[in-house]
Amino acid sequence: MKPSNSPFILLVAIVFLVTSCINNQKKAYDNAADIPVSREMIAELTPPPNVPTPVGVRKAKKLIVNMEILEKEGTMTDGTTYNYWTFGGSVPGSFIRTRVGDEVEFTLSNHPDNKLPHNIDLHAVTGPGGGATSSFVAPGHEKKFNFKTLNPGLYVYHCATAPVGMHIANGMYGLILVEPAGGLPPVDKEYYIMQGDFYTKGENGEPGLQAFDMQKAVDEDADYVVFNGKVGSLTGDNAITANVGETVRLYVGNGGPNLVSSFHVIGEIFDKVMVEGGSTINEHVQTTLVPAGGAAIVEFRVDVPGTFILVDHSIFRAFNKGALGMLKVEGEENKKIYSGVIQEGIYHPEGGGIQAMPNGDDKKPTPVASKTLAEKMESGKQIYMKTCFACHQAEGQGIPNAFPPLAKSDYLNADVNRAISIVLKGKTGEITVNGQKYNSVMTRQAISNDEVADVLTYVYNSWGNNKTNVTKSQVDQVKSSH
Amino acid sequence: MTLLAFFIVNLAYGQSNMVLIKGGTYIPLYGRDSLKVTISDFEMDVYPVTNSQFLDFVKKYPKWKRSKVKKLFADGNYLMGWKSDTELSEKQSLNAPITNVSWFAAKDYCECQGKRLPTVDEWEYVAMANKELPDARALKSYNAYILEWYETPKTFNNDIGSTFKNYWNVYDLHGLVWEWTFDFNSVLVSGESRKDVDNDSNLFCGSAAVGATDLMNYAAFMRYATRGSVKAKYAMKNLGFRCVKNINK
Repeated sequence: MKPSNSPFILLVAIVFLVTSCINNQKKAYDNAADIPVSREMIAELTPPPNVPTPVGVRKAKKLIVNMEILEKEGTMTDGTTYNYWTFGGSVPGSFIRTRVGDEVEFTLSNHPDNKLPHNIDLHAVTGPGGGATSSFVAPGHEKKFNFKTLNPGLYVYHCATAPVGMHIANGMYGLILVEPAGGLPPVDKEYYIMQGDFYTKGENGEPGLQAFDMQKAVDEDADYVVFNGKVGSLTGDNAITANVGETVRLYVGNGGPNLVSSFHVIGEIFDKVMVEGGSTINEHVQTTLVPAGGAAIVEFRVDVPGTFILVDHSIFRAFNKGALGMLKVEGEENKKIYSGVIQEGIYHPEGGGIQAMPNGDDKKPTPVASKTLAEKMESGKQIYMKTCFACHQAEGQGIPNAFPPLAKSDYLNADVNRAISIVLKGKTGEITVNGQKYNSVMTRQAISNDEVADVLTYVYNSWGNNKTNVTKSQVDQVKSSH
Repeated sequence: MTLLAFFIVNLAYGQSNMVLIKGGTYIPLYGRDSLKVTISDFEMDVYPVTNSQFLDFVKKYPKWKRSKVKKLFADGNYLMGWKSDTELSEKQSLNAPITNVSWFAAKDYCECQGKRLPTVDEWEYVAMANKELPDARALKSYNAYILEWYETPKTFNNDIGSTFKNYWNVYDLHGLVWEWTFDFNSVLVSGESRKDVDNDSNLFCGSAAVGATDLMNYAAFMRYATRGSVKAKYAMKNLGFRCVKNINK
């Protein structure tokens, strides 16, 4: 009996030992500083709006982060450029993804062509300056320091070199995510969105390379408030996407330097918000506040298709300073949740007549010099993006059942004078474009004759149209005729 | 034609081409009324030291050749971009300012000419002038010029004399390259510039918050930050130098 028993006991003992060992590893550490790390791993860094692969169930590791600082010229909006200072070449800087207990070995390299010294303050760091003290680095040099991630959450990082506000205002910020042990719950789509305010010598839209304006920055008088570093970084072809039925998680940061963001997605309700990027979860939220130098994680399921607009709901920033993005959702309609237009008609409480907003901007002189086709195309594109884009869309494709397409449009190509007249005087009532009937209202456009010529030339020379070059005198003629 | 000839002569005798700087009292960026600094008369090089001049120097003093230099005195960026120990690359202009030199090399260069590096105060004193005024710091156009330079990439390969002649007849203090100063680290901006605002600190505060006389002069803040970020053995693509000389009375 005895000899046959002992292997069994041994087996039991082994099983017990093994399981107790596993239990030990799974136990939560009271102090994250005690979490052991195993092996090294090079961190995946991504430019916005992408995020690196989730940490999932991986153990804490020594995570190697190599980040380069680049001072470089980039586009703020069509026709306007700016000297951005960047972490990793993008604004906001590369997204860093870690888990609690990771030991991050951070190397900050300052490109030799750069003019200025920089450093990095990561709000995920427990230590002097959030790492800034140890990472102050001259051009053509690099600095290395280590830190352990103690608290799960979504954190901002930024440059903290004098003058601090200017380094932040030039785009030196980004997000670092510290996931809890075991990772965040899986979702279908994840994106990285970060707001920032910019201060330029010229007013919003003024073309050319724009210099930083310290006085406006001190006055908190922003010329641009944008997502991901520039106007249009999340619109049109750059829009983020999802399919009906998917859950979307947005890592939303605010680099500032000055303005607090009222982050909102038009037509969605956030199912969950990890308030300020921390552990508090709020549910059924319309708009969440993202402080300058702070963040939030928002999650929602997309139930119906369409384009959902991301805005800072301090709303003039969205429509006048650039803080506007798009989430394009594809999939089956769900009429129970959202019907779409059921019926449409004309409503005229004061009788007929086309209404126009007063403009008050008639005094602006326009140069008479004749433009090349290339110049007209460039100017026309800018006018289009400002004036026509919302209805007729980026590629002139229009919106089905609402706004007719301009791309390969038989209606447009048939009669240039009619097209000029519609831009000048507006159009109401049914028309047929490419075999589809449209019955909507286009208001008179308050733009100069020169601008009408440019924008129509742009439209005629894009998207497979008949390449008519519309001149200002043609527009003048149509305007004076009855 | 005569102007060109004059310029070439000037360059050829560049080492002796200095101008008198009349001393005076000024308040540095980081100072207060009680911290006025008095500068004695001295002479300053009209132009930053050029590639061509430094090439001659290296030939004369082989210990400063890239292959010979002691690691203690110059880091891996030293004379980076030169084709060999005694040849520039095709892209580098002979009349562009020498850059990628360490403080040790710059200091030795000046001493070999019987000169020295300027102090931060001497450099700042001369550099606060524009074309007309000895102290133009309050002018919007003065700051705008400097900041525009900061936003223009790759100015290090422009020829000397391509910016403006200032009140003291000195060229290129702003617009080409940063310049080494003798005591570049004496006014400390630590890595954590926001910490430097401690009122018990008599040192320069890099934060643009407390201790600076002109909070809008952020061009100067960036200059002090740059000085604070370097060590004497560092060499940088945008950092050159010029020399000064005491006046023996």
